[in-house]
Amino acid sequence: MNKFRSYYIYTTVVLISLIYIIRLFQIQVLDDKYLNMAERISLRRQTVYPQRGLIFDRNKNLIVYNEPVYDLMVSVPIRLKGIDTLAVCKLLEIDKKEFIKRLNKSKRSSYRGKSVFTKNVSNLIYARIQERLYEFKGFFFEIRQDRNYKYNSSAHVLGYLGEVNRSELDKQKEGYYEQGDFNGKKGVERFYEENLRGIKGEKYFYVDKFGVNKGSYKNGKLDKSATDGNNLILSIDIDLQQYGEQLLNNKMGSVVAIEPKTGEILALISSPFYNPANFNIQNRGKYYGKAIKDPTKPIFNRAVSAPYPPGSTFKPVMALIGLQDGAINANTHFGCPGYFKLGRRIIRCHGHTYNTSLTKSIESSCNTFYCNTFKSMMQLSKYENTEEAYNSWRTYLQSFGLGSKLGVDVSGEYRGWLKDASFYDRMHGKGRWNYARIISLSFGQGELGLTPVQMANIAASIANRGFYYTPHVVREIEGLENIPERYLTKNYTKISPLNYDPVIKGMQAVTRSGTGSGVAIKGINIGGKTGTVQNPHGKNHSAYMAFAPVEDPKIAIAVIVEESGYGATWAAPIAHLMIERYLMPDSVTESSRPYLEAKMKNSNLIPIKYRSQRDTSLYGN
Amino acid sequence: METRSRIDIVSLLLYLCIAILGIASVYSATSDQGLYTLLEGRSGKQLMWFGVSIFLGVIIFLLNANFFEVFSWYFYVGLMLLLVAVLFVGAEINGARSWIRIGSFSLQPAEFAKYGTAFAVSALLSSIGFSFSKKGDLIKMAVVILLPMVLIILQGDTGSALVFFSFILVFYREGLTPLILILGLVAILVFVLTLVFGTLYFGVGILLLFLVFFAFTYTNKKFLLPSISIVILAVLFSLSVQFLFNNVLQNHQRKRIEVTLNLIEDNKGAGYNVNQSKIAIGSGGFTGKGFLNGSHTKGDFIPEQETDFIFCTIGEEGGWLASSFTIFLFASFILRLYHLAARAKKKYKRIFIFSLASIIFFHLLINVGMTIGLMPVIGIPLPLVSYGGSSVLAFGIFIFTALRMDATRDEDLISTYE
Ligand SMILES: [Zn+2]
Repeated sequence: MNKFRSYYIYTTVVLISLIYIIRLFQIQVLDDKYLNMAERISLRRQTVYPQRGLIFDRNKNLIVYNEPVYDLMVSVPIRLKGIDTLAVCKLLEIDKKEFIKRLNKSKRSSYRGKSVFTKNVSNLIYARIQERLYEFKGFFFEIRQDRNYKYNSSAHVLGYLGEVNRSELDKQKEGYYEQGDFNGKKGVERFYEENLRGIKGEKYFYVDKFGVNKGSYKNGKLDKSATDGNNLILSIDIDLQQYGEQLLNNKMGSVVAIEPKTGEILALISSPFYNPANFNIQNRGKYYGKAIKDPTKPIFNRAVSAPYPPGSTFKPVMALIGLQDGAINANTHFGCPGYFKLGRRIIRCHGHTYNTSLTKSIESSCNTFYCNTFKSMMQLSKYENTEEAYNSWRTYLQSFGLGSKLGVDVSGEYRGWLKDASFYDRMHGKGRWNYARIISLSFGQGELGLTPVQMANIAASIANRGFYYTPHVVREIEGLENIPERYLTKNYTKISPLNYDPVIKGMQAVTRSGTGSGVAIKGINIGGKTGTVQNPHGKNHSAYMAFAPVEDPKIAIAVIVEESGYGATWAAPIAHLMIERYLMPDSVTESSRPYLEAKMKNSNLIPIKYRSQRDTSLYGN
Repeated sequence: METRSRIDIVSLLLYLCIAILGIASVYSATSDQGLYTLLEGRSGKQLMWFGVSIFLGVIIFLLNANFFEVFSWYFYVGLMLLLVAVLFVGAEINGARSWIRIGSFSLQPAEFAKYGTAFAVSALLSSIGFSFSKKGDLIKMAVVILLPMVLIILQGDTGSALVFFSFILVFYREGLTPLILILGLVAILVFVLTLVFGTLYFGVGILLLFLVFFAFTYTNKKFLLPSISIVILAVLFSLSVQFLFNNVLQNHQRKRIEVTLNLIEDNKGAGYNVNQSKIAIGSGGFTGKGFLNGSHTKGDFIPEQETDFIFCTIGEEGGWLASSFTIFLFASFILRLYHLAARAKKKYKRIFIFSLASIIFFHLLINVGMTIGLMPVIGIPLPLVSYGGSSVLAFGIFIFTALRMDATRDEDLISTYE
């Protein structure tokens, strides 16, 4: 009997062993569910970030480069056992309470098993922790690229990076961005984001329960390396840009300089400006609040976003329209008694000789001449009514790129003010307004607003005698054959080239013997026009528009200095100094007008009411 | 008469194979990507205890073959005293007060209690006049088994206590009526059915079964009473199971059973270990991911992966080839030990060796079954493979004692075969 019982037991051993072996075959060989689950649990994909494209100026001087920032991350769940939390606190310079608070926050916001513990750890702290990181299992660094800058300059052109926000994440089609990525928020960083960002790579590796890397997956067979972003070569001349920033220092205003032949922007300044390094990922948190509170609006890019009435700088355009439309011709003279009479209203003019030709009218900035020109245009018999004449006038302006965005590759562009007829219909009633209601448009006041870049573009169009290229700051995108097509297409004004001659003659006279003659530069033939823009909120804005040399224009420029006074006092000298700086050979670095240069650099034209509220740390370092 | 005193080479080789497999697995499970060498850390300790086992094995072979038989009860009593002592002076680790610290080492008397109990059982069952039909002998038998079980349960180590059920196999082999075994199996069946279907459905089911049975046998009145009483007993047992399960078992024990029966899915709580363990083993494929290359093992996803869940490392890194080979090794070892038991001429030796084989079998059944989700999670080691000095040492001397007994079998008089 016992013998049989032994056999039963042996059989049981064999049977159980077989059942287990078969069961093992089933879960190990037949069913690959477990393999998939294992990989899902312990396999991680890590993004390999490309180097963002570098940014150079037109002479290939490096302006913007990359600098790593480190985020201290924790794996969730984290095993705190065996971690010297006190040491972590000490290294991070936080106390235990803060440590626990952050840890709880990390647990709540865990995304793919990891979470940020401390954002943008400083280089110093990074080095300290990295050394001992093996002690702090579950903590690791994620390295991202922040920007840094060779020059304390060009902040508004360059823009800055920021973390992609929720709506950008939701809206994207290609699925490029993940939470926590950086993208360009302003300036060319934003405009050329797709060229600069490059192509991400990826790396697969195993992690343990706490997210610690345990070696690569399939020896890296599936890994993909990242492709760095394209470098950007800007048309900005960093020397000219910095020079302009020095001249505009302690002033509110803007300078835009364009190479007329190409539409390339040589300098684009909005003042007050800030140090671009203060707005990179690491520092922006510290400075953004200060910048917002500053009443002089240093973040605001006046060069492309602020509409200013052009004032008298508009007169050359008015003259061109008058000539083209037949309201005047090159030989037209108007008598100026020092005012233009409009019913009971009187529009004052400046003291100059009575008999005023077209050239003279620009040279001496005669209001009467332009009131007359505008009046006769509005009353031309070819138009049925003022509205039609106005629309015609408006169309000419539109051909200079006014009233709509030019399409500049710097973010935040504004279209300016150029009302259509319905605006005046609403204001005065349909058919119940005539030239008299809108006469101030003729000398650049009233419901007209040009951004500095639009103003500079007019200077470029005049320099080119009838065409312009859409102004742009990109000169070359490395790795791409061309810059965007629209920067390579000529836009023609509705003014025939012949009509430019008398106007240009007048603008030359301005700098020889007219309103801009006081700040003439020897040896450079400049065509310019001053403007003094009435400002209901304070002192007049000083404005100037010019191009040079007249015989072969290489630079067109517009300058606005807010609340400072006459165009000839501030805007014109700044423009002339910059023209000289740009045109003189590299070997010459001294201005021919050192006194003028020093005066511009050193004058503080910020209205007194704002001065105490400015935080100079924003501009420095 | 020429005495042959030779160790059984086959068993010795199987023992060595399993032990080496164990050291390698512990190394893989704890090396932390080669941060430690084989001789450091837990694999080093495992190796040391293996060495100590061999050393003690040599000593055992130097002892007189009859030494053990003479001192059987002393071993038993000594170990029972140790089990009592551990309740008072033991160090508590992981909620179980089952360790005695000696210098820098901790020993787990429960591991040695099986060894001691085997002596007692062998001595008792081979004592002159012992019979399974005597009530007094049955009570003695029960006490010998239940005493260590109770003491170990008091320590909080239910898993180790359950191992003593393997002695039932010994009793069965030696002539205990199979009714107990069958009753045990039926009880497990009712237990499972009750938990899966609930007492109500179980009761309805068994009633239907009875009616079918009655329809075939209603002419024969002598089946009626016993079959009715069986139905009533079964339903009563089912009710008590339900009651015990809901009111007596602790929450985590209840969960473990429910997870094993697939009644609840709980891959984060009670089912976490088993789920991770199945994933690790299942991801090994046919040939495995390679020694030291188990991503799940390296990733530390399985709690207790170098102790109770060591089989995961083997399954993941060696695939089906290694896991089935491991089972093959164990089955061969167990069957070889049964063979040694069968060829023993003395009843005492036969029972002792048989006990060892049955205990190893029970460990294999539960431990491997648990890692592949066929058994509830009961914390007992895979003999010689799981990390643990006490277990390695206890099984080592247990095995060497058995081999020592086998080596001198020719000196023994042929005992009567019942
Ligand atoms: Zn006048």
